[in-house]
Amino acid sequence: MIQISPKEKQSGWLSAGIPVFSALVALLLAAIPLAFAGAPIIAAYGEMIKGVFGSLFNFTEMLTRATPLIFTGLAAAIAFRAKLWNIGAEGQLYLGAMAAVWVGTGMFDGPPILMIPLVITAGAIAGGLGMLGPALLKTRFGADEVVTSLLLNFIILIFLQMMLEGPLKDPMGLGWPQSEPIVDNAILPQLITRMRLHAGFILALGTAVVAYVILAMTVWGYKIRAVGENAAAAKHAGIAVNKTYLAVAMASGALAGIAGVSEVAGLKGYLTADLSPGFGYTGIVVAMLAGLSPLGVIAASLFVASVFVGADSMSRAIGVSSFIADLIVSMSLLCVLLGGFFARFNLRWVGKSEDVP
Amino acid sequence: MMDFLNIFLSDSFWAASLRIATPLIFGVLGALLCERSGVLNLGIEGIFVVGAMTGWMAVWMGAGLWGGIIVAALSGAIFGLFHGILTIIFGLSQHVSGLGITLFGTSAASFAYRTALPKVSSPPRIEPFRALDIPVLSDLPFIGPVLFQQTAMTWLALCLVVVVWWVMEKTALGVAIKAVGDNPDAVNAQGLSVIKLRMGSVVAGSALMALGGAFLTMSAFDAFFFGMVNGRGWICIALVIFASWQPSKALLGALLFGMFDALQVRLQTQAGAIIPGQIFLMAPYVLSIIALIIVARKADYPRALLTPWFKGQR
Repeated sequence: MIQISPKEKQSGWLSAGIPVFSALVALLLAAIPLAFAGAPIIAAYGEMIKGVFGSLFNFTEMLTRATPLIFTGLAAAIAFRAKLWNIGAEGQLYLGAMAAVWVGTGMFDGPPILMIPLVITAGAIAGGLGMLGPALLKTRFGADEVVTSLLLNFIILIFLQMMLEGPLKDPMGLGWPQSEPIVDNAILPQLITRMRLHAGFILALGTAVVAYVILAMTVWGYKIRAVGENAAAAKHAGIAVNKTYLAVAMASGALAGIAGVSEVAGLKGYLTADLSPGFGYTGIVVAMLAGLSPLGVIAASLFVASVFVGADSMSRAIGVSSFIADLIVSMSLLCVLLGGFFARFNLRWVGKSEDVP
Repeated sequence: MMDFLNIFLSDSFWAASLRIATPLIFGVLGALLCERSGVLNLGIEGIFVVGAMTGWMAVWMGAGLWGGIIVAALSGAIFGLFHGILTIIFGLSQHVSGLGITLFGTSAASFAYRTALPKVSSPPRIEPFRALDIPVLSDLPFIGPVLFQQTAMTWLALCLVVVVWWVMEKTALGVAIKAVGDNPDAVNAQGLSVIKLRMGSVVAGSALMALGGAFLTMSAFDAFFFGMVNGRGWICIALVIFASWQPSKALLGALLFGMFDALQVRLQTQAGAIIPGQIFLMAPYVLSIIALIIVARKADYPRALLTPWFKGQR
């Protein structure tokens, strides 16, 4: 039988290489469903690559798609670092978007230098409160935050529909359930003319760097890591564990909320109930591919966004269902999970023996 | 107020409660089996989708309704095996593996459906399970419509409650499964295989979850829609905590949930003019969270839940 034992020291090279390798394996595994769908496999991969790197427009579309994923990926990474299981980023994203629309469609107006920080702050607070709830239920009542944050996604989505048919509805929207447009001064500026890429991308990169610095170099970051590694030991060492959970929840929810602001104020301009095709859930994959490292989140977001944008254009060219993208992304999560095992453990064949101590 | 009373007196309300509870009964039993052996299976939501799609697809391709049930259960078992390999053999994070299985199951089922049926505007339908028509019993007043005009799948779910209860409480296997979720070292010391017990529980539990999904496409409706599972799997994860991992309480929890859901639909039609309908739609999810808060402090989690076990390593 096979004996499993932890490695004495983990190789840094291996832990960086495994996500890359996992992503490649997932891409290769996609050949199976492609073959199943009867698609020309080589041509399909070619279309995917062309869909991302074929033109400046395609490439900026990929960066645009990566923007919300960086935020939701950071939201998951920071929470998971503290072993706070925030699976509610999808809902928090919509809370952020609703807050941005609430303050950004005429309630206030001013120069962009005031309006843009205002909508971002509003979205961050709304998203943060969205995760503070489950975290409080965890620390006060011991209710599992996995289930509460997950179920909140459904509640918030229904609440969103209620708002879009009620208080947030655009009276000029011809009856469609959509919000009024965000005022011009609160719109995140475009980065390149005639491309949809917007300042949210720069904000996302900056946020990732800040998150990295906080996690790696500050006392607060140390507390987060200590709580995640061993909550009981952290408590023994005098760290206020519950307080750390609440702070992490606020930060994680705020990041997911900003993802919503960035989409609504940077890309769409108004809010509909289909703003996010599951960016909150995909953020979990991004965070895992990144090994929960904030800088890794940037790379992982670019990969996942490439899969989505590439698969979209492949789907249009070849006619394969665009669910292939979700398939590749979910397979890369399972691959990186399995890969992490081989980075941490040695496998040793010890022959047929039932009496291993 | 009279209207409110009338709801509780009508047989259609109680029949609907049991019907709504049916997929949850399958799901809670499945989650219970996995968790009792020490493995959280967050793949449940995806396994529901897989069961809904494969069961429906098998019937649509001519396998017959019971053939569809078998196909759904087998597909669920395969995804359970996958979750088991990752979490039991390799000891990986049960949270992340489960979410991965959910994402993978959902996308695989959606991809397969879209690939088999590329361009259909309205989803093709099958002939689903019909309400049973049992002579005499189905014609009884009140009891007849509530109990004896349900589909065979509802009866299957109720029978499975008894089976799972019997296995867990009355057999050596049940004792071993519960022990492996509480103290795997002790089970190993007795010469039983921790790995096999956990694997068996997760595979069987996942097959049950898939039946919950199959009920949706083969009994409640007659077609497969994207997003039709809509959080039912997650609700089961909340219900199993509410049920303290007891099969009988799992049935009670699912029935209570079915009652509240049937009630909200009826209140919605009566009070829809005054209160936005969405408030009622939120109710099931809010109720699940409230149930979780009520029981959370005294919940008696299987002590080895979430803890991987490796042979020869303490």
